Amino acid sequence: MKLEGNAWKFGDNIDTDVIIPARYLNTSDPAELAKHCMEDGDATFASRVQAGDMIIGGRNFGCGSSREHAPICIKAAGVSCVIAKSFARIFYRNSINIGLPILECEAAVEAIAVGNHIVVDTDSGVIKNLTKNESYTAKPFPPFMQELIQAGGLMNFVAKKAGEKHA
Amino acid sequence: MGMTITEKILAAHAGLDHVEPGDLITAKLDIVLGNDITAPVAIHEFEKMGATAVYDKCRVCLVPDHFTPNKDIKSAEQVKILREFAHKHEIENFFELGRMGVEHCILPEMGIVVPGDCIIGADSHTCTYGALGAFATGIGSTDMAAGMITGEAWFKVPESIKFIYTGELQEHVSGKDLILYTIGLIGVDGASYMAMEFTGPVIEKLSMDGRLTMCNMAIEAGAKNGIIAFDQITEEYVSGRAQRPYKAYFSDEDANYAATYAIDCSKIEPQVAFPHLPENTRPISQVGDVKLDQVVIGSCTNGRMEDLRVAAAILKDKKVDPNLRVIIIPGTPTIYKQAMHEGLFDIFLDAGAIVSTPTCGPCLGGHMGILAKGERALATTNRNFVGRMGHPESEVYLASPAVAAASAILGRIAGPKEVL
Ligand code: SF4
Repeated sequence: MKLEGNAWKFGDNIDTDVIIPARYLNTSDPAELAKHCMEDGDATFASRVQAGDMIIGGRNFGCGSSREHAPICIKAAGVSCVIAKSFARIFYRNSINIGLPILECEAAVEAIAVGNHIVVDTDSGVIKNLTKNESYTAKPFPPFMQELIQAGGLMNFVAKKAGEKHA
Repeated sequence: MGMTITEKILAAHAGLDHVEPGDLITAKLDIVLGNDITAPVAIHEFEKMGATAVYDKCRVCLVPDHFTPNKDIKSAEQVKILREFAHKHEIENFFELGRMGVEHCILPEMGIVVPGDCIIGADSHTCTYGALGAFATGIGSTDMAAGMITGEAWFKVPESIKFIYTGELQEHVSGKDLILYTIGLIGVDGASYMAMEFTGPVIEKLSMDGRLTMCNMAIEAGAKNGIIAFDQITEEYVSGRAQRPYKAYFSDEDANYAATYAIDCSKIEPQVAFPHLPENTRPISQVGDVKLDQVVIGSCTNGRMEDLRVAAAILKDKKVDPNLRVIIIPGTPTIYKQAMHEGLFDIFLDAGAIVSTPTCGPCLGGHMGILAKGERALATTNRNFVGRMGHPESEVYLASPAVAAASAILGRIAGPKEVL
């Protein structure tokens, strides 16, 4: 999959309360949630983000709660992928389960500046920075993750496995 | 090579004799849990897939604890989704208001989770049940949906870190202080994707309520699970409550650990985590003058009987500072009733504190005690992220019930020694 958009930068330990504050969790409607995406980190984000834009985070992105509303609202806000130095465990798992592309790449996070124009190839993990004319390579997913991603998330994977069992 | 408790429980649930860190396994689940925020998303996925039944109606737990008693129309709609799903699928462990308690208080209390279990919960603090010698971890709604259908989940077997607590605990130092100190030591991603195994003579003497507090906050160091080996204290706690047979697991002598930390508890003072991360800990002697607007005693971290007793012992015959609000939230109806019987409500009310119905409430900034811009709270909860209890420019400090009670009296962050 090829993704293209401009970079937004956030720091280390971006927690799920910053991504989607709990005061908005009385609904699970993705469009409603998207209106408040990253609100406690940058209150203007949700109104200014363009379809395809990318979130660049530091270490431990998505720490805190297990709320799947976090990757759901990022995806619904139009963000095409999240690139970070590392991801918190549950956010990582949730993103793969719902099909939000995420990439781990220190070099990209260090080099990419706010507003840089980025093209990502999720299959090869190559991240191209068109503004700086640089390229970085993300850590490849372990084979099992690739299988999950290719199936289109966990529910499809489970359905596929159930089908194999009954066949 | 021997195995750790975590490895043994995962191996047993995957039908394997041996597992090693990094192995990808599919494990059978003893309990699948969700709440009023996460379960609606899971139920949506469940129905979208066309599933017609849960794998076991006794093993799925639905606890509407976050925005209950329903704080607004939207929250009421969310809880209604749980209720209708529970009725349709005859789910026994749906907790209607009146029986409902904070999920991680009520499941151990009722013996629904037991030693040796493999548990997933669509709530990050599901790791609490490690205190019983179970493998329990937080996952998201989609994993919950798949778990409700198949009774299984995939896991990467985590590496384990061993923490050995030695020495003697100082007066007024609790499980909360030990876990805050530990998170301060290793950082909020210090145990990422790993198991935190709490051991040593101090843990062997720690009460079950203290152990539940410690395992509860393993996620605040990024851990997959926290765990404490089964012993006499575990046995006393589970006997008479366990709803199913249980099994004790112990780490082998030659088990492999990614790291080992020896912590001398004799020098640990009561701890306070400053905004906006649980790792920003300071001993109480280094806190300085921090004025407060609110104190909250409750949550899945510290809303149990021992916590309320500790707070009451300090608040007895005292008054809380008139410039601050003090909210006390018993974790479950049973704790609520017990505290009332023991006369703790009289102590709290005479002191000028108020007692709330069991709920997560202000812990996640839901309702029942939200902070205005610029306000400061000290809470016995587990997270002090930006905006966690209300306005993005408010602040949360984390500490034990003893520190919370002392701070309530003085209107600023203070240790119990200052008021006794
Ligand atoms: S009490 Fe707080 S941390 Fe615990 S489950 Fe409720 S919201 Fe989460």
